[in-house]
Amino acid sequence: MKFLGFIVVCLTGALLLYGTGDFSNWGDPNSPASLHLSNEYIERALEETQVPNLVTAVLADYRGFDTMFETAVIFCAGLACFLLLRDFREKKQRFYRHIPTGVILHVKNSKKVLPVGREFEHIDKDWVPSDLIIKTVCRILVPFIQIYAMYVVAHGDFSPGGGFQGGVIFGSSLILIAISYDLKILVRRIKEKVFGIFAAVGVLIYVGIAALCMPMGGNFLDYSKLAPLLPGDPHHVRALGMLGVEIGVGIAVTAVMVIIYINIVSEGRLEEGL
Amino acid sequence: MTDSLPYIVAKYNYWLYVILMMIGLYAMIAKNNLIKKLVGMNIFQTAIILFYVSIGYKTDATIPIIQNAHGGHDAHAAVIHAADYINPLPHVLMLTAIVVSVATFGVAMALAVRIYQRYQTLEEDELRMRISEE
Repeated sequence: MKFLGFIVVCLTGALLLYGTGDFSNWGDPNSPASLHLSNEYIERALEETQVPNLVTAVLADYRGFDTMFETAVIFCAGLACFLLLRDFREKKQRFYRHIPTGVILHVKNSKKVLPVGREFEHIDKDWVPSDLIIKTVCRILVPFIQIYAMYVVAHGDFSPGGGFQGGVIFGSSLILIAISYDLKILVRRIKEKVFGIFAAVGVLIYVGIAALCMPMGGNFLDYSKLAPLLPGDPHHVRALGMLGVEIGVGIAVTAVMVIIYINIVSEGRLEEGL
Repeated sequence: MTDSLPYIVAKYNYWLYVILMMIGLYAMIAKNNLIKKLVGMNIFQTAIILFYVSIGYKTDATIPIIQNAHGGHDAHAAVIHAADYINPLPHVLMLTAIVVSVATFGVAMALAVRIYQRYQTLEEDELRMRISEE
């Protein structure tokens, strides 16, 4: 099987390499991909949308439909993870550590819950609380990562960035809390339900902004018709519409990243795990 | 050999992606462990992403963010040459593809976790054995 696979792979690779002969050279400005649509985008996007970052302009405006359904795909992926893994059965056994003495308690009665705080802390069978240094460093880092994520979302129109990148950064800051402290602490601070609602709200913001253009007299996703609703220069209304859409994307991506993470590491129980 | 060398050097990016892609394809075909197959799939996706991004590259061009766009109305009047900026379209396509690939990878991992919960293994031959036993 391995040998057969190797032969198939070699043949496919040889065919693909043979096919590269018809491709244009690396960095050729006259390659077919750079001759038609992209020139239109580069030359006219700033004038039409007032957004200097062409990637954002194409992403959220010219190809807005595509991005909307990509966001829906991400939402569906989060939903699929939740439906596949989430397990609502209560765990029967719990482990606690008495902090002053370091004694570990094994509670077999699932009804009995010890108050977690200065005296006791949760531990799992195969997980121990992280080191003080790790906790402190991550606690200092997390707010800066989150501010940076918001900056990346807000400046998506003018510099590299946007909803997808900012959302992933924000989601990773929440995952960092779960790694450095405990999954339970993250889920206790922000309820699982909130993540689910945020994932849906993010997609709804996108679709809502797109649909709002229709009663204002334009097509679906035609941001320029939102001008009466938004303050400021009417020339910048497309940029503001894109910003709103990007915020929706960012919220959805953040929530879905966390949903995927918490469900996979704890096998859907949201109790044990990294 | 001496004839083909400049031919390869001019298109070396495609050669790298094809090699990377074939590593991923081989892992997907030949590996026995489902997680290793997933890693192969991710390598394959990365090769495609790199391939797209390299298509957008132009020699002597800069990133697709219009320069001096903040300089008031005079700057807006300046003519923008398409040859000065690399092609934004592949970047847009791959930007969404990266995030979607992360999300679909999450679904694949979730499926792997479910398979492990049920059959206690991720090796394909053992899986086949246990499924036939049932």
